[in-house]
Amino acid sequence: MKEVRLEPEEMSEKKLEKTCPTCFEVPIGPIHPALKEGIRFTFWVEGEKIKKVDIRPGFMHRGIEFMGTKRNLVQLIYLAERICGICSVSHPLALVQAVEEAAGIEVPPRAQYIRVIIGELERIHSHLLWAGVAAHELGFDTLLHYVWKVREPVLDLLEDITGNRIDYAIPIYGGVRRDIPPEKYPKLKDALRYYRSLVDDFVNFFLRDPSIEARTRDVGILTREEADVLCAVGPTARASGLRKDVRQDWPYFTYPDLEVKALTPEDMGLEVRGDVYDRIVVRLLEVVQSIQIIERCLEEMPEGEITSVPKVAALLAQLKKAEGEGIGRHEAPRGEVIHYIRLEADKEAPVVWKVKAPTYSNFMPWFPMFEDQEIADIPIVAASIDPCICCMERVYLVRGEREEVVWKEELLRLSREKTKRVASRLARHAPWGRKG
Amino acid sequence: MSGLNALWQAILVLVGGGAIGFLYKGLDRKLAARLQGRIGPPLRQPVLDVVKLLLKENVVPRTAVPWLFQAAPFLAFVAAVTALLYLPVGSLSPVLHSYGDLVLLLYLLAIPALAMAVGGFASGSPYAVVGAQREIVMMMSYEFPLAIAAVGIAWRLSTLGIGPSFSLATIAANPLWGLVGPLGWIGLFLLFVALLVVTPAELSKIPFDIPEAETEIAGGLLVEYSGVNLALFYLADVIKTLVIAGLVVALFIPYGIAAPLGIAGIGGKILDILFFLVKLFAVIFVAVTVIRVAFARLKVDQVAKLYLLPTTLISLAGLLLLVLDKVVMGG
Repeated sequence: MKEVRLEPEEMSEKKLEKTCPTCFEVPIGPIHPALKEGIRFTFWVEGEKIKKVDIRPGFMHRGIEFMGTKRNLVQLIYLAERICGICSVSHPLALVQAVEEAAGIEVPPRAQYIRVIIGELERIHSHLLWAGVAAHELGFDTLLHYVWKVREPVLDLLEDITGNRIDYAIPIYGGVRRDIPPEKYPKLKDALRYYRSLVDDFVNFFLRDPSIEARTRDVGILTREEADVLCAVGPTARASGLRKDVRQDWPYFTYPDLEVKALTPEDMGLEVRGDVYDRIVVRLLEVVQSIQIIERCLEEMPEGEITSVPKVAALLAQLKKAEGEGIGRHEAPRGEVIHYIRLEADKEAPVVWKVKAPTYSNFMPWFPMFEDQEIADIPIVAASIDPCICCMERVYLVRGEREEVVWKEELLRLSREKTKRVASRLARHAPWGRKG
Repeated sequence: MSGLNALWQAILVLVGGGAIGFLYKGLDRKLAARLQGRIGPPLRQPVLDVVKLLLKENVVPRTAVPWLFQAAPFLAFVAAVTALLYLPVGSLSPVLHSYGDLVLLLYLLAIPALAMAVGGFASGSPYAVVGAQREIVMMMSYEFPLAIAAVGIAWRLSTLGIGPSFSLATIAANPLWGLVGPLGWIGLFLLFVALLVVTPAELSKIPFDIPEAETEIAGGLLVEYSGVNLALFYLADVIKTLVIAGLVVALFIPYGIAAPLGIAGIGGKILDILFFLVKLFAVIFVAVTVIRVAFARLKVDQVAKLYLLPTTLISLAGLLLLVLDKVVMGG
């Protein structure tokens, strides 16, 4: 296994100057046409080859978690929806699972099916959006325009079902806010048939196109071991041959009945190489998988209630009494999203709300991917994990001018110090500490 | 007297060439948009773009070498415009036909690219430096097939005793296709293919727009240019597109339609000019518009491999066939 090294001295510029005197620095970002959001890559390149990379996030921090603790739990859903414009149902789905676990709310089966259908429709539109962006990063604008054009029907469908193209406002604690009436089924089935008929085109345009293959094969390789060690999630992990999918490993909603399997390029009869091409393959396979899931959901969906607590006032009252903590996980199009919530009785707002977006896990795999690539590969490798920087940002320095990077050892030392401090305070103040 | 005459002709060619260049640029953008399923900008958009650029502030970065940075766009523009004057239009001889030949035209065509590279290096931006390095690598890859195609045709003409063989007017007036045997015909066809493949590279269009590569190096060579300087580069590109297409037409499809139709005099000349414009458009549409919507951008090493090997081999094979044809036909 290739050792993944991210030690402070490895990154130091001084050492690089010694080993590579002809290297020069190419900053990409925070504002750059290859990036859709602000993040700064600093590349040290020799000619066209990348020798080292440093990545600095922190430009897009919005303090959403803090804002969440100032709102009641129903308002929180709509805030969670706005964490990410593309995974706009994934974050609420993870949040409602967390709150339902904390407050012990049951969800009727029909609502679970509807959640799955909306989640999978979102996966289709997100993967299509990604495919367009990837084509644009490769300078293939024709494909961008084509893919985004065929993405429109699924957005129209979502608007028809939920009332909105992007932020659907569908999940609520205990169920969903809107039913999918049987008269809408034909429309859904038509759309699914349409996307099924497009799959061959996608295979031709993306996987058999010589210029795309030339730009993506053996580019941005993430080996299986690296993906495992660096905790890659979602299509990024699966393209490296890691069969990892929340829907398979920790099934929720109706996924246990649907027997969802994590897909890797092997499922298309290809050898796993863990490059950008494989990431295209996996996303394409997942579009097909989502179509199958929705079709099965439409067949198996039972009649019944769509929420266990239909009145919002009653729901809020019940949530106000709730006390406890919960974790919600959902396989978003980009990978696993986790929400942690802590509720206290007589408080409308959550005490703690922690969000982990998939890009947070897929951030570290960027380092091995960029190793020894060329400048021309930067946009497509950066885009290949389908990054969502805003969703990922956690910290930004607002006071003081001193910026410093805290490494793993330092973090460990700081956390041990804090544990000691807390322990000693407990020893002084806690009732069991006063004995002596 | 002839000097004054040449001046008038030159002004006519430049104004006409500029107008046609803008028209074709607009058509290229519109047709590319239609091929991509978009509506596309109006035909006059290139003119609007240039007018806007001329009104904008001209920023010279602090890290740049100012005089070199400012001189590069001017150089590119002047070289492109001068090259236009060496182009035979329809059945008319080039304006400057007595002052230079095909070899000079090849050099003039290389200048805008070189000027862009120099401007890129002088602008002091890492993106522009990367772009300039790429431009130089590209030039080394595409100039050789281009030179082979041009020299091959001129040499074959000279073996046929037609001269001055390096004059574009002579080449345009004596289409080689009818003068060579079957081997030479195949050879000419190979050279034609090589030149068509070289055209988008010469113009830095997708899949060969790597020196500018918007998503990679944010415009590369041009990243620091603005205002008048950027407008000059834009104009140089517009004119250079015409010149390259005109070169392809003059070397390989110089036929007129006035003579076969039996129309003489002014009417015939005008008809030939119109037909020449149609041929120009056909070359631009095939070699620039269609290719740039059909491919992804290549990497610089892939371009070097694609050119240094296959295109050079194709053009060398074409040259070899022309030589064999001379041996077979006895010249």
